[in-house]
Amino acid sequence: MAEPARARPKPTPETRHFWEGTRANELRLQRCEACAHVYFPPRPFCPACASRSVGVFKAAGRARLYSYVIHHRPVAGFTPPYSIAVVELEEGPRMMTNIVGCPQTPEALQLDMELEVTFEKLDEEITLPLFRPAKG
Amino acid sequence: MRRNQVAVVGAAETTELGVIPNMSQIQLHADAALNAIADAGLKLSDIDGFATAVETPQQIAHYLGITPTWVDGTSVGGCSFMLHVRHAAAAIEAGLCRTVLITHAESGKSNIGRTPRMTGADSLNGQFELPYGVSTPASMFPIPVLRYMKTHGITHEQLAMVAVVQREWAARNPRATMKTPITVEDVLNSRMIAYPFRLLQCCLVTDGGGALILTSAERARDFPRRPVYILGTGESVETPMVSQMQSFDSSRAFKVAGPLAFREAGIAHKDVDHLMIYDAFAHLPLFGLGDLGFMPHEETGQFIADGNTRPGGKLPLNTNGGGLSYMHSGMYGMYALQESVRQMRGIAPAQVRGAKISVCHGVGGMFAASGTIIFTNEK
Repeated sequence: MAEPARARPKPTPETRHFWEGTRANELRLQRCEACAHVYFPPRPFCPACASRSVGVFKAAGRARLYSYVIHHRPVAGFTPPYSIAVVELEEGPRMMTNIVGCPQTPEALQLDMELEVTFEKLDEEITLPLFRPAKG
Repeated sequence: MRRNQVAVVGAAETTELGVIPNMSQIQLHADAALNAIADAGLKLSDIDGFATAVETPQQIAHYLGITPTWVDGTSVGGCSFMLHVRHAAAAIEAGLCRTVLITHAESGKSNIGRTPRMTGADSLNGQFELPYGVSTPASMFPIPVLRYMKTHGITHEQLAMVAVVQREWAARNPRATMKTPITVEDVLNSRMIAYPFRLLQCCLVTDGGGALILTSAERARDFPRRPVYILGTGESVETPMVSQMQSFDSSRAFKVAGPLAFREAGIAHKDVDHLMIYDAFAHLPLFGLGDLGFMPHEETGQFIADGNTRPGGKLPLNTNGGGLSYMHSGMYGMYALQESVRQMRGIAPAQVRGAKISVCHGVGGMFAASGTIIFTNEK
């Protein structure tokens, strides 16, 4: 990645488990123990039923490409053109990410293509979950 | 809220629009406010209710020298002013104030005295969107477009036509920033900003402002201008993170606010003579036509491509030229409201002859918020 570095997330008490997960190369989601709803981004209660009884689990890391843009303007830490994507995880929630490991073109980036998570270490504390075309 | 109990009696934009290098942001607010006061034939001391966004109400109220008994600082992005109109109408009906001033202004281009907009690294946006290289609205707002196109069968050419048609309206408006006619080819050959959107599908960046004055319909009869009544209103919010929208096939905030306003107004879609749909980017009029219930989303692209929204078409849309060609200082909702009021007064540069009902639909953030106001000039 070009200098200067991309925007760096700063964890909060409610999101720490997510960033500890990515540091261990795990994508962690939350599931409500009352109604089984799986959700993202992190919070210590269920946004579907308001239960505070929620658990953290390791997601499969599989997703499909829901939508994206290919950004052509300069942004710190990126070499345009680059994709900014929203992926739909196998477990249901969607998240923003970048699609890597393929050309940043409309031809290579097909909606609904299958993706798998890959981890990009920014520093000792922060590792970002990115996605690449699924192998096989 | 009851229909037609509150009216717009003053409406004006800043004296200049476009590039205004000799005025700070708060002075742009004041310029618009003073123009609206003059339009209504009022004095600043007549104002007892005040609303604004981005800037705090205390900042602008004190700069203007007014002492309100009701304030609203709702700041949900570009549709904040639709929400202000709705809240002001309720406040006037409840007797909390009699005469409300709503101001908007931004030094969006010249950047003088502008409040910086910051996203903290520990906010949810800062943690789960910013690290992936989103920056300006152009990198975020178009993210749903490809999914919307695939679901509803919308083409790149149809999305280009949105910009083409709005330029046709702008050509009739002496105050529009961009007036030169464009073609679909011009749009599709303009500089790529964030695929699938090119320069001509993204809003302008300008300086400017606008202000509205509202009072009870009963008092409105005594004002110099033809009253423009509030017939129906709606509002909602969804999420500040575009990635967390319920769906990219439509906007939940639109689907709540729009139908709410139609129900309150008690009108059908065929009753609408004039329509404004906040167009920060070319896909918004399609989302608006579908989510407000004018037609299924699948038909929106062809409806615009067929010329139904252009001058002389059956549903005149964004008749000032819109955010794509008229002006866009950052929070365009106020200019959409101004155009609806002009159309209802019968004084718009591209006047829709005989128009009696105008629907004005706004968006805030990246589909984060929405407000809909339905105006009429008949009580």
